[in-house]
Amino acid sequence: MILDIRKLTRTHGQGEQAVHALRGVDLAVAPGELVAVMGPSGSGKSTLLTCAGGLDQPTAGEVLVDGNDLTTLGRNAVAALRRRRIGYVFQDFNLIPALTAAENVALPLELDGTRSRAAYKHAVTALQEVGIEELADRFPDDMSGGQRQRVAIARAIVGERRLLLADEPTGALDSDTGEAVLRLLRDRCDQHGIGGVLVTHDARHAAWADRVVYLRDGVLVGQAGPLPDADALLQESR
Amino acid sequence: MLALLQDEPKYGYQLRGEFEAATGATWPLNIGQVYTTLTRLERDGLVRAASSEGDGRSMYEITDAGRTELANWFQTPVARESRPRDELAIKLALALAVPGVDVSAVVQRQRMSTMQSLQELTRQKRNSAEGEISWQLVIESMIFGAEAEIRWLDHCEAMLLRHRGKPRPAPQTYDVPADQEARS
Repeated sequence: MILDIRKLTRTHGQGEQAVHALRGVDLAVAPGELVAVMGPSGSGKSTLLTCAGGLDQPTAGEVLVDGNDLTTLGRNAVAALRRRRIGYVFQDFNLIPALTAAENVALPLELDGTRSRAAYKHAVTALQEVGIEELADRFPDDMSGGQRQRVAIARAIVGERRLLLADEPTGALDSDTGEAVLRLLRDRCDQHGIGGVLVTHDARHAAWADRVVYLRDGVLVGQAGPLPDADALLQESR
Repeated sequence: MLALLQDEPKYGYQLRGEFEAATGATWPLNIGQVYTTLTRLERDGLVRAASSEGDGRSMYEITDAGRTELANWFQTPVARESRPRDELAIKLALALAVPGVDVSAVVQRQRMSTMQSLQELTRQKRNSAEGEISWQLVIESMIFGAEAEIRWLDHCEAMLLRHRGKPRPAPQTYDVPADQEARS
């Protein structure tokens, strides 16, 4: 499993005022699998994603990314794992306006100590893989929404990422562009064995996933998609 | 009919009135249909005629087999493929109108079932070749249908939450139409 979340609980605040964002959620994502998380606002979808990405610390439970439990690693180790293994895609792209597309994509590698020239090369490869290598030297403000989201996806897959986490990645895009982004995420999982988690409120987009899970009040209440095959079941019971 | 008979025995005209009240009279029934259906249900052992009041009218009550059948119906998602009327809308309206049905569970099961169809349609769309435009249009039509149903279910759920805790309206009473009096 690339991502293995066990009995994940996240509570904000204490006592009477405590808000239970997640209550004992289990979720496993295999290599090459794309899982969509749906649910009404406030159901805990985004909290699940931020905990999976090491951006938020769970109250209880385990979050294993590629076998490493984020809840027991130190802050620096989590940050390193996040830079090397986890890619994040947000609704509002989160690109740095002062950097070109290639520089935005290269940034996580450079932060991780890769030399600039090598990082730039990896960045161009990633841009090529999302189909916009010709935009490498362009600034985010000179691109369309769809192009910017492709840059954000390139940044999320650059290097040797194993886990791709996407929070409403199509929220700011028109339906055709949104669909192209989904196709891209889907292909990425299929062809590169990356595990993906997609948070969306849009059923049409969730349907691109292998599995759709439904959260309500911090609890998984439903699942659609093929049942895990026998091998996966055996692995889980181990 | 079984759903409406769940809490107590009823007359045919009562069943018609309650069905129309529950579904907003979107699918008007004539009383003949009601009695034909009751006769068929009786033949299948799902209802039986209960004590009549001696005025010639028959009351029907649900049998144990009928309760099992009803529970199965509420638990089974409606297949998108074959829907003579909008069985799903009827199912939700009745789930709300009769006591003891977990409506949000009905909504959730349906949502996941429809989601599964939507995933299958999306897979077909992905695998269709670039030039197969007419097939793609047909798939899109089905995708939009499934998507709309899921959005409608989300909407129903939100409405249910808002209504939770409000008292159930008092049972309606019906005047017996003169021309139905003698029917049994």
